[in-house]
Amino acid sequence: MMNLGAMIGVLLVAFAGTLVLGLAMKWVDRKVTAMVQWRVGPPWYQPIADVAKLLGKETIVPQNARRTGFLLAPVVGFAAVAVAAAILWGANLNPRASFVGDLIVVLYLLTIPSLAVVVGGAASSNPHGAVGASREMKLILSYELPLVLAMVPAMIAGGWTLRLGDIMTTPSPSVWTSAAMALGFVVCLLCVQAKLGLVPFDMAEAETEIMGGAYVEYSGAPLAVIYLTRAMMLAVMPILLVTVLWGGFHFDTVGGAIASVLKYVLVIVVTVLVRNTNPRVRIDHAMKFFWFGLTPLAVLAVVLALVGSTP
Amino acid sequence: MNWKVWGLSKSPWVYHVNTGACNNCDIEILDCLTPRFDIERFGMLLVPSPRHADALLVTGGVTRQARPRLQEVYRQTAKPCIVLCVGACACSMGIFADCYHMAGPPDKVIREVDPSAIIAYVPGCPPKPEAIIAGAVKGLQAACKLLSQG
Repeated sequence: MMNLGAMIGVLLVAFAGTLVLGLAMKWVDRKVTAMVQWRVGPPWYQPIADVAKLLGKETIVPQNARRTGFLLAPVVGFAAVAVAAAILWGANLNPRASFVGDLIVVLYLLTIPSLAVVVGGAASSNPHGAVGASREMKLILSYELPLVLAMVPAMIAGGWTLRLGDIMTTPSPSVWTSAAMALGFVVCLLCVQAKLGLVPFDMAEAETEIMGGAYVEYSGAPLAVIYLTRAMMLAVMPILLVTVLWGGFHFDTVGGAIASVLKYVLVIVVTVLVRNTNPRVRIDHAMKFFWFGLTPLAVLAVVLALVGSTP
Repeated sequence: MNWKVWGLSKSPWVYHVNTGACNNCDIEILDCLTPRFDIERFGMLLVPSPRHADALLVTGGVTRQARPRLQEVYRQTAKPCIVLCVGACACSMGIFADCYHMAGPPDKVIREVDPSAIIAYVPGCPPKPEAIIAGAVKGLQAACKLLSQG
């Protein structure tokens, strides 16, 4: 067990690292989007300029808004991602130090930013914000079940465990050879798309119909915090995906390090390409897709993993 | 130049307000987003809400119906922000100068709310995307000079 100082140190390092990684991935996202559309795209320092500008601007709280909830929601979401990032990095860099059930903790922590969006949107007193909050809530209800179910094959392969360290260290079937893991990976990838609020599942912000949805009333520093939260989610969700379902990151050998970076970049680029080649779907279509499309697939993956694990 | 002004000059997010334009300027503004001109190179994005915006892109002379709405949008925008009047009508009312239904050019309407608003002008009917980009750059440079003087 680490002492308190070491824990705070790990938290700060993981937080800063994820922040830098997230901003870099935000740039990759925009640059790849631009390249898909035959544009040049923004320079590398663009996310930094965005955050600096937002921090320097006026913070407006609408007259009828619930001030506390409106201003606190982004900060709570931000803190939750930071802690989840620390746990994930800790499990990747030192698998033996992870604790029992940390997968559950990470999954819960990663739900909080979405819930913070709901709280912030509902507190903003804006009808567009209310619609955005309602859609975000429905989206959470749709994707959480398949997301967790699709991770069950990895838990079974890791020897019926909920420890990230066990999942990482137990030699488990890879996504290329095991149907259960591959199915789980695809389902998870689509759930991550919804969790990050990217097209085709961006109906909670839908700038062309509800003007940014839950974010419509945010300006200045709270918007900067939301920007950073989304950037960190963009960095953390692929880490979770690779950690649980694709063997995790290994930086002890050169080959392992290269493979880790390649896996990570591949997940990000696939996410960005999906975002660029699909239109936004309606909220009821998204719910049908997750409940009646992906959930049965995830159940199938669990059944396959159960069949495969019995000797 | 301090970091706030640097951020503003490198990442101006734009909210588009049509106060009674004939749609010609609006089409030219959308052209700026296309691969040929690609204003995202300069960090410009079209944002959905005036709360997120740093620049209001106003097209058209202000009709009497649009006047209170333009003033409300300007009040809703987080400061510091700049106003970019795009097109002949937005600069000087163009051919609609003497019409009974016009409330005046956007700069006059906005100065009723905020006398010290930073306003830049891009003339043309409609201005070419090159002209809009040049106007935005010059306006931003002037605004940043003003803002860094305090």
